Amino acid sequence: MPPRVDAAHPVAAPARVRRFTRAERWVHRTTAALMGVCVATAACLYIPAFAELVGRRELVVRVHEIAGVLLPVPVLVGLVSRAFRADLGHLNRWGPHDRVWLRAALRRDHRRASRPAGKFNAGQKTYAAWIAGATLVMLGTGLLMWFTHLTPLMWRTSATFVHDWLALTIGVVVAGHIGMALGDPEARRGLRTGLVSRAWAEREHPLWRP
Amino acid sequence: MRSGYGILTGTRRPWHRGGGGCSNRSVNPEPPEEREAPQPADREATEPAQAPGPAASGTPIGRRVLLGTLGLGALGVVAAPTLQRGLEAFLGGVSGKDPTGLTDLLPNGGGFRYYSVTASVPRRDETNYRLTVGGLVDHPKSYTLAELRALPQTRLVQDVQCVTGWRVRKTPFEGVRLATLLDAAGVRSSAGAVHFTCFDGAYTESLTLEQARRSDVLVALKMQDKPVSHDHGGPVRLYVAPMYFYKSAKWLSGITVTQAVQPGYWEDRGYDVDAWVGRSNGRDDAPTS
Repeated sequence: MPPRVDAAHPVAAPARVRRFTRAERWVHRTTAALMGVCVATAACLYIPAFAELVGRRELVVRVHEIAGVLLPVPVLVGLVSRAFRADLGHLNRWGPHDRVWLRAALRRDHRRASRPAGKFNAGQKTYAAWIAGATLVMLGTGLLMWFTHLTPLMWRTSATFVHDWLALTIGVVVAGHIGMALGDPEARRGLRTGLVSRAWAEREHPLWRP
Repeated sequence: MRSGYGILTGTRRPWHRGGGGCSNRSVNPEPPEEREAPQPADREATEPAQAPGPAASGTPIGRRVLLGTLGLGALGVVAAPTLQRGLEAFLGGVSGKDPTGLTDLLPNGGGFRYYSVTASVPRRDETNYRLTVGGLVDHPKSYTLAELRALPQTRLVQDVQCVTGWRVRKTPFEGVRLATLLDAAGVRSSAGAVHFTCFDGAYTESLTLEQARRSDVLVALKMQDKPVSHDHGGPVRLYVAPMYFYKSAKWLSGITVTQAVQPGYWEDRGYDVDAWVGRSNGRDDAPTS
């Protein structure tokens, strides 16, 4: 679909464009906070140096469980927001340009022309879908470990195994997510204020029509 | 990293497949808010845009990745016993040769984990450590470290199995048989159990008198042929070889003979009192003793 030329539109466009509504920013913020609590408490349960520092095993376990159970709640509450639902649609749907983007990413090709992206690029789409699935796996295995008397108890060992290894993987992936954000102040501004500069949008998300 | 890596790479599979499917799909490749090709110069001219296209445009790869991740998670739970055995064998071999100690941080990487139920534990040594034996006994007594060391020592080499899953193979423990201390104190006929308290101020444990008198239950002074370190519950900890490791109370400071078993710290929180390895807590680990 070639872009339609609409002559009626004025040339002067605002320098900043809206990327996220207030609801979306709060979904991200609260999810990030809960994930942070999960990761921090997990570290205190798991890494000997932190465990020795903090102790209080029962309290730490309780905090970890509560934060873990609450983790999907911001996204579920966010579903009342039309803008958030629309963004979930954008994250879900892939076009041919996303394959171009991914192929370029795998080749470490950083040229703009080889990284076409809509509102979300293919990496962000992959991350969103994977972290959502991984969170649900962690929730499921976590509940098996928590309510041991509801399931055949053999399951707990298996659930612990998946929970431990997936936790390690999530730790690495989330660190990558944070690392990418640290490298892109304008993307962070987008999540903080809801607005991004038009130049950034056109550079990073050339196919996005804000 | 085997299973974690598998999950990661697994998530990629859907888009490879989906990518193939994508090219077979007819038209409408773009989400409605996105433009066909990078043509930034046209951006402002097209700003008002056309009416949104059909809501479901583009391939729903995101959903497939999410469901694929869930499926792999479920598969991981099913395959866990096999994967875990393989990993333990592999990492157990590697961690012995790993000078960085990083493998110890991996799940199933071998080695002990530090668990304490309190924020901090005071340190005790030769000068201020005391182990009291009391309750339903004829001769209550308080032992110093030196007095405990002067008693006959027993050395046991068995696996240690934690109820959370980790296992450390062939770990030497050395100390005084609990039976020796109980006999010295003269247990009264009305007694049926032994209760343990710890100088961390919170942890407790219990055994029946019969369990406590087993020859593989020690008041341990050495672990891995070194004095028990503070982090491992030193200077003196309990060692109950045939049971899950939470029975082996760290920082042992009191032995009280009682009429009946009083559940310990974790037992109040749902763990089994008779914590035989492989026959309790819903686990089927190989017995340790």
